[in-house]
Amino acid sequence: MLERINRAYIQIARAQKSLGRKINIMEVCGTHTVNVFRAGLRDAFPEGMRLLSGPGCPVCITDQGYIDAVLSLADRDDCIIATYGDMIRVPGRNGSLEQRTNRGNIKIVLSAEDALKLAKQNPDKKIVFVAIGFETTAPATAVIANEAIEQGIKNLFIFSNHKLVIPAMKALLSEKNHKIDAFMCPGHVSVIIGSDAYKPIVEQFKRPCVVAGFEPMQIVEAISEICRQLADNTPAVDSVYPAAVTAAGNKTAQKIIEETFDAVDGCWRGLGNIDKSTLKLKGKFSELDAEKQLGVKFIHEEDLTGCQCGQVLCGLMDPPDCGLFAKSCTPDTPVGPCMVSSEGACAAWFKYTRRKRRNQ
Amino acid sequence: MTAGDKILLAHGGGGRLTDELIHSVILPAFENQTLNKLTDSAEIRLGKDNICFTTDSYVVKPLFFNGGDIGKLAVCGTINDLAVAGAKPVALSLSLIIEEGLEISILKKILASAAQAAKEENISIVCGDTKVVEAGSADKIFINTSGVGLKLSKAEVGFEKIAAGDKIIVSGTIGDHGMTIMSQREGMKFESEMKSDCGSVAQICAKEIEVLDSDIKFMRDPTRGGLAATLSEISDQTDLGIEIQETQIPVNPTTQAAADMLGFDILNIANEGKVVIVVSGQKADECLEICKSCQNGKDAAIIGQIVKSSEPLVELITMIKGRRIVQMPYGRELPRIC
Ligand code: SF4
Repeated sequence: MLERINRAYIQIARAQKSLGRKINIMEVCGTHTVNVFRAGLRDAFPEGMRLLSGPGCPVCITDQGYIDAVLSLADRDDCIIATYGDMIRVPGRNGSLEQRTNRGNIKIVLSAEDALKLAKQNPDKKIVFVAIGFETTAPATAVIANEAIEQGIKNLFIFSNHKLVIPAMKALLSEKNHKIDAFMCPGHVSVIIGSDAYKPIVEQFKRPCVVAGFEPMQIVEAISEICRQLADNTPAVDSVYPAAVTAAGNKTAQKIIEETFDAVDGCWRGLGNIDKSTLKLKGKFSELDAEKQLGVKFIHEEDLTGCQCGQVLCGLMDPPDCGLFAKSCTPDTPVGPCMVSSEGACAAWFKYTRRKRRNQ
Repeated sequence: MTAGDKILLAHGGGGRLTDELIHSVILPAFENQTLNKLTDSAEIRLGKDNICFTTDSYVVKPLFFNGGDIGKLAVCGTINDLAVAGAKPVALSLSLIIEEGLEISILKKILASAAQAAKEENISIVCGDTKVVEAGSADKIFINTSGVGLKLSKAEVGFEKIAAGDKIIVSGTIGDHGMTIMSQREGMKFESEMKSDCGSVAQICAKEIEVLDSDIKFMRDPTRGGLAATLSEISDQTDLGIEIQETQIPVNPTTQAAADMLGFDILNIANEGKVVIVVSGQKADECLEICKSCQNGKDAAIIGQIVKSSEPLVELITMIKGRRIVQMPYGRELPRIC
């Protein structure tokens, strides 16, 4: 194990020499962010390499406007909100879902399937499924959309704000002052979309894209491979998660996503509007579409005052550089979503870094 | 806390919010020296004897889980609070708050299990109370148990005894109770392979004190908030640092896999039959052997030590020899999205 870490060290040094400066690798996935911290990797690696947390935490990149729209549905007596747990503490303009749990109509679900079950158990209520997440969670939403139609379930409503990873990665690299030298690509998402999906990024932007699993050693291997590519100036798509990730990905999952959703322009926190980055239900599912049936309006809203999540998500700053970090913004009193989600960069920095560094 | 604030579920999570609630709302109402110490058990002097007294309420969903049920939990939990304070449990009370509609057969099963757990520890349930509330006002059944114990004359445990150089021992694999409950609740695929550690640590605690007396500096059952909460509290209260080695912490692989799947840090997950022991450096090996000789301590391990440090932090030395801090968890853990 230590030998592999040493190999990574050598590659990092080579890459640094070849670029003549610090190297910046963006981990696109929130689970990578957390596992890098948990494994103590930030501490184990040399100063010359920075890991930037990217827009890979589903809650963090969700636009403020969407969160406020969910909250407005939670205030209705005819609705039950079925949401992934991470979402309930995100502050909107008027409190959070957590502050409404005493209303009894907020249910934490672990899967989309649970939302469908809730719909069957509560025929006199409208079940609103807060459908967020990337290509990993979109197929499950697609499955319940199809099942609800087949089974004639009339009280399930899907409020879709699923996001696609590739358009966001392209948008980041299209920014003038981005600092990204390479991507460590998300394991779970890549299982679905396949490693070939990153080829256009490598071709257009000449940035290494290496898929990694979530074990500390897989992350080390990915960093090592990325640095080797940077040092040799041979950007390519690679995977150090070969057992699970194929070039073409999971065709069945891709197919059901395509058949159920349209990819439309949509807002991301911090990144703004990104072309064809957001999944909305196709017209044939309109009876399940919360936006069409429940009259929720969801317009882009600026972030809450002072929160710099957008900058953090683009890799332009580290959480401790935010003026609110560990002062008014803590996991108990989160100001922005990056401090709420267990996958959020701010929460990870808060939980796992030495306090010394926090106060710098 | 201000007037408009409401109680959140997270206030009961055992993390920082619970701490705040206790300090800003509950303690000011009762203010006295014994309570202010916030120990697992209060120590009171009655004539020549020192008595330990503790209470705890149990709410758990599901009521029956792999490895135990709410009845066994309610008895063992209170026994453990007495045992880690260095007391020999003497008698328990048991009070029931039952939701209208609960089947009598379920109640009988729970009580039989509580009785069995008490019998195994040679302790009697000597008083109790029963209330029934309207359907919807409680979730099936809530149990409160209180316990009294006689402080062992050799016991000298307390935060103030802890010093740099002391070692930290945990009596077995961590996180089993919390992950069993969660996966059973969520119907996860490993639920059948996992088992709660719900059980008593009284035998371990008594034996340790019997043999090592004042070399046993401190004991705590790492329930809500897990190992992380217990270690951060030790560090906070003593102003000393703690270093633990990831590779030494006993974890059941299935439990770890379940935690990984939901994105949880295993250090934050609740245990219901484990004890963390702080022991003097010289006696650490002996302490470990005693633990291992007990029925519920077979997987015990020395996981780290108390260190002098300019900042009282708990640091984990990870598998790859990196370092990261371990903090008091906040609120309740929320499963992640993908
Ligand atoms: S520390 Fe808080 S306010 Fe600052 S960027 Fe992170 S979440 Fe936003």
